[in-house]
Amino acid sequence: MLQTHALTAAYGQFKALFGIDIEVGPGECVAIIGANGAGKTTLLRSISGVLRNVPGMVMHMGEAIGAMPADAVMRRGIAMVPEGRRLFPSLSVEENLLIGGQVRRGDGRWTLETVYQLFPILKERRLSPGTALSGGQQQMVAIGRALMSNPALLLCDEISLGLAPVVIRDIYAALPRIRETGAAVVIVEQDIARALSVADRVYCLMEGRVTLAGPAAGITREAVHAAYFGEAA
Amino acid sequence: MMQVTVTARTRASTLAGVAALGLIGLGVILPAFASRSLIQDLFFILTMLTLAQVWNLIAGYGGMVSVGQQAFVGIGAYAMFAGVILWGWDPVPAILLGGVAALVLAVPMAFFAFRLQGAYFAIGTWVIAEVTRLLVAQWKTLGGGTGTSLPREATADIIGVDALARLFGLRDAAARDVLAYWLALALAVGTMAAIYALLRSRNGLALAAVRDNDNAARSVGVDAVRLKWLVFLAAAAMTGLVGALIYVQTARISPDAAFSVTNWTAYVIFIVVIGGIGRLEGPIVGVIVFWGLQTAFADYGSWYLLALGLIAIVVMLFAPRGLWGLFADRTQIALFAVQRRLVVENPSATPRKTNGKAAP
Amino acid sequence: MIWLDTVVQGLLLGGLYALFAAGLSLVFGIMRLVNLAHGDLIIFAAFLILVVVELTGLNPFLCALIAAPALFAFGWALQRFVLNRVLGKDILPPLLVTFGLSVALQNGMLEVFSADSRRIRAGALESASIDLGPVTVGIMPLLTFASAVLVIFALNRIFYFSALGRAFRATSDDAVTASLMGIDPRSVFAIATGLAMVTVTIAALYLGMRSNFDPSVGPARLIYAFEAVIIGGLGSLWGTLLGGAIIGVAQTVGAQINPEWQVLTGHLAFLVVLLVRPRGLFPRAVD
Repeated sequence: MLQTHALTAAYGQFKALFGIDIEVGPGECVAIIGANGAGKTTLLRSISGVLRNVPGMVMHMGEAIGAMPADAVMRRGIAMVPEGRRLFPSLSVEENLLIGGQVRRGDGRWTLETVYQLFPILKERRLSPGTALSGGQQQMVAIGRALMSNPALLLCDEISLGLAPVVIRDIYAALPRIRETGAAVVIVEQDIARALSVADRVYCLMEGRVTLAGPAAGITREAVHAAYFGEAA
Repeated sequence: MMQVTVTARTRASTLAGVAALGLIGLGVILPAFASRSLIQDLFFILTMLTLAQVWNLIAGYGGMVSVGQQAFVGIGAYAMFAGVILWGWDPVPAILLGGVAALVLAVPMAFFAFRLQGAYFAIGTWVIAEVTRLLVAQWKTLGGGTGTSLPREATADIIGVDALARLFGLRDAAARDVLAYWLALALAVGTMAAIYALLRSRNGLALAAVRDNDNAARSVGVDAVRLKWLVFLAAAAMTGLVGALIYVQTARISPDAAFSVTNWTAYVIFIVVIGGIGRLEGPIVGVIVFWGLQTAFADYGSWYLLALGLIAIVVMLFAPRGLWGLFADRTQIALFAVQRRLVVENPSATPRKTNGKAAP
Repeated sequence: MIWLDTVVQGLLLGGLYALFAAGLSLVFGIMRLVNLAHGDLIIFAAFLILVVVELTGLNPFLCALIAAPALFAFGWALQRFVLNRVLGKDILPPLLVTFGLSVALQNGMLEVFSADSRRIRAGALESASIDLGPVTVGIMPLLTFASAVLVIFALNRIFYFSALGRAFRATSDDAVTASLMGIDPRSVFAIATGLAMVTVTIAALYLGMRSNFDPSVGPARLIYAFEAVIIGGLGSLWGTLLGGAIIGVAQTVGAQINPEWQVLTGHLAFLVVLLVRPRGLFPRAVD
């Protein structure tokens, strides 16, 4: 469904990605792990359109979307839960959710009601300003916001960052329900165990390159260690 | 061990420095053979150039976008008039009063404006300039709303005019123009020398840091507040001196003219923008272009101004660093050596120069 | 009694200033754009209404209705093709582009319409007045104030209760994340400026009916508009109305003391408020 071909990306003169090839099939859960600065967020930004590339570098359903702006990519059913949540401070919780589904409704399975069923605490706080919630709750809003557009592909950038383990567990508990609707999910994580527990397949990035790729079940600790830190480590 | 030194001088800047000295020398002896209209044109160019360099300093280098510099032109001019009309001063020394008055006005203006950020700062300075204009227009002794002229006795008797008239064999009026021109030349050269010295000093580096990122600059110990005050006040004083000088030449003043947003801010901003903001060479290029346009098209009245407005829009859209910026980006030439570079000398090998360009 | 009358006149004048300021408040609040051509755009709209009046002979209110869509399109195009290209963290480029636009507009209008003073004729409405007990007020100022309240109310409803308004607020908060929601910031900004131009049309209508205008009076209107917006605080539309009222009352009170002081007291009120509240009376939490 989604493939990247020799994806490169740079910030000015600083190269962040050196030819990444990854694939996500319909309904799959793919985890992307790697150390800080390995290029994981850059990869998601390239796919989601925040970073513009050569058109052919990112293919979605046969369409070359590499050069499209973020709003055009989103309309094709790729939604992102950005790193750091990035809720809109001027909008309430409910408005943050609504704006996620404002431009694209998709097949309508995720609505305000069903998102509230997934994360009941949000219904209680629906009129609070988005940023008045705890970190975990904000993460729920960010995920719900992305779901409102009923994406075929959900990109999750470090959703466990800065959260207590109990909270992370609650958030990950929602993932199976999200996958039930048929959406594919890409998870960028620093928490390796967590990532391996939910993913079908795993890619490991190190310094802008893919150093490991394969089914989550077959990955050994040694392999991860080598791919994560490099052979010299 | 490596030897590391910081330098700014380039070959182009050394050449330019020599050329500048030559130009200044030429400028000084020019009245001996130039026509009166050329002297008058040069007066206009030099005074606008000074105003532009000063605005470039506070806005381009200092990041303080003021739309209220006309307050200092006006108050400087009026202070000079006050000195002449109320206290019988000779107009030339009275110019200094203009600088002082502008400095005094700058204190409350800075105190107020520095509480504001960005766009608020700009509008705030504009409003203060308007308030100054309205208050001055209430000053009946100096002509109130309709203005006044320098008394005949004062203009007939300016220091040095007699000597000039005899030296160059000119009539009094023409000799006054020459005196004004020399003062303008001195002011322009002095202002640019002062700005150049500031930018080469540690304060200049600090100023650039404050402009780029106020908080980051403070975190490395830059006293941003003191620096901005220093630059703003100095700019006000210089602007006040120019304002006073301009009105010595004109000899007739009114609040609307002396505090005109169009003449002392709009045109100045155009000059800096078209020439290139944030570089010392910019206003020089800008004022030449502006004067050229003015001379060629002033007869066309509002068509000329309309075109000027459109040019400003086009330049900002396609060449935001101005004409000099376009040139400098291509050629990497700088006439005023302000960009610092590291020179690394390795004792075991021949010295190498590295271009101090950091990754964005 | 005369002071009550003065204050009421000031409030109603504030309505006109709030109309000047409404569009500015919207644009400033959403994209931090300082549009120095705003005053001249009001005058431009006034001339356009005049042209429609002369072409159709219709009532000025209807002519404004006809001119509004054209002005919306003009604002939309201006933002889309010119101003969007200079928006960014640096405030100087938009300032300079709109400065250039201001000069270009003024002189363009001068060439086309000459420097003659004009007026939009409103017939009997111009001098009609109504007795409100202790004071008598003109119908025109009353209508102006009522229109200002209506415009601000409508803008507020759009801003806080519509999908478009959500898009405005989100894009203003974080344009990149807004694009991740499928919103095209450039489009949002263009609509905002178009909407602002509609309020400019209404402001122009009342300005033109109330007093004479010529191509050079734009910048003065701009200052009053900005003062109203800044006093009110970034992002607060009702604050803009209050700001307009404060400037209006300060001006009429000043004029009552000494006619030459009218504009001066307005400015002084602005400076005093800013001294005490540098971010205005009701600034948004996010800046």
